[in-house]
Amino acid sequence: MMNIGEIMDINWTEFTPLASLAGGILIGLSALMLWLLQGRIMGVSGILGQWIKGEGSGQHYWRACFILGVIIAPVGYVTSIGGFDSQMVTSPPGLGIAGLLVGFGTAIGAGCTSGHGICGLSRISVRSLVATCCFVGSGMLTVLVLKMGIFG
Amino acid sequence: MKVSLSAFFIGFMFGLGLLISGMLNPVKVQGFLDITGAWDPSLMFVMIGGIGISLIGLRLTGHMVKPLLTEMFHHPVSTQIDRPLILGAVLFGVGWGIGGLCPGPAIAVLGVAGGDGLIFMICMCAGLYLGRVVSSAISSKS
Repeated sequence: MMNIGEIMDINWTEFTPLASLAGGILIGLSALMLWLLQGRIMGVSGILGQWIKGEGSGQHYWRACFILGVIIAPVGYVTSIGGFDSQMVTSPPGLGIAGLLVGFGTAIGAGCTSGHGICGLSRISVRSLVATCCFVGSGMLTVLVLKMGIFG
Repeated sequence: MKVSLSAFFIGFMFGLGLLISGMLNPVKVQGFLDITGAWDPSLMFVMIGGIGISLIGLRLTGHMVKPLLTEMFHHPVSTQIDRPLILGAVLFGVGWGIGGLCPGPAIAVLGVAGGDGLIFMICMCAGLYLGRVVSSAISSKS
């Protein structure tokens, strides 16, 4: 039988299938609830982008509350349960460039990991499938290029 | 008021989900994107859990004519696969690969990641603003 470990080198020490699945379920539940309660797609780049640009009358409050909830959750976790792993992978200039690209790209492409990746794919949207393949693919290519630049 | 409370609660649950899943750790995100190295497939499980729950829930509630707290469902308008979609997604992927953060996690780490998180967030907001200006200029032209 073909074993995936023979084709690819799996990083078993970092592999967290259960925690990632549990976190994914919470993310999916959030997306489902925002739709069923408020009729809105949980696309973070859209919610944040429309909020900072002030688009849509009467929509500022719930968007601000959503963003606040996202910020407070990890703070609450750290103060009540404990720390978690979060380590930056690049220097401040790199982070700045990455942030600009993420913001500009998700605004032009009308969605990010949550909007296209979770919401779009769960509504079987071909448009979102194409977008997801593009950003995962270009993300993989970028990491490969970065690795060659550093270690090559 | 109800809508604001609901949005806060949902945002909180989303932030917690991102944390538990490992999406707030740029090293882990790069470990997923790095398929030629020692690959960490964990983020596949985030997608499976997230899409699975949402897909099942949407199927079971497809008969609803309006949401519980508001007057209408805001369905996505565009179904087109056009150049802005592809170009935007590719650029987003490049930024995701360099920084290991996408928009949700970038917001979620704000309170815990210090200055680095703030730099990413400010630049991401600038990019979002600029992108939305360019986007509406393109759509008003066509």
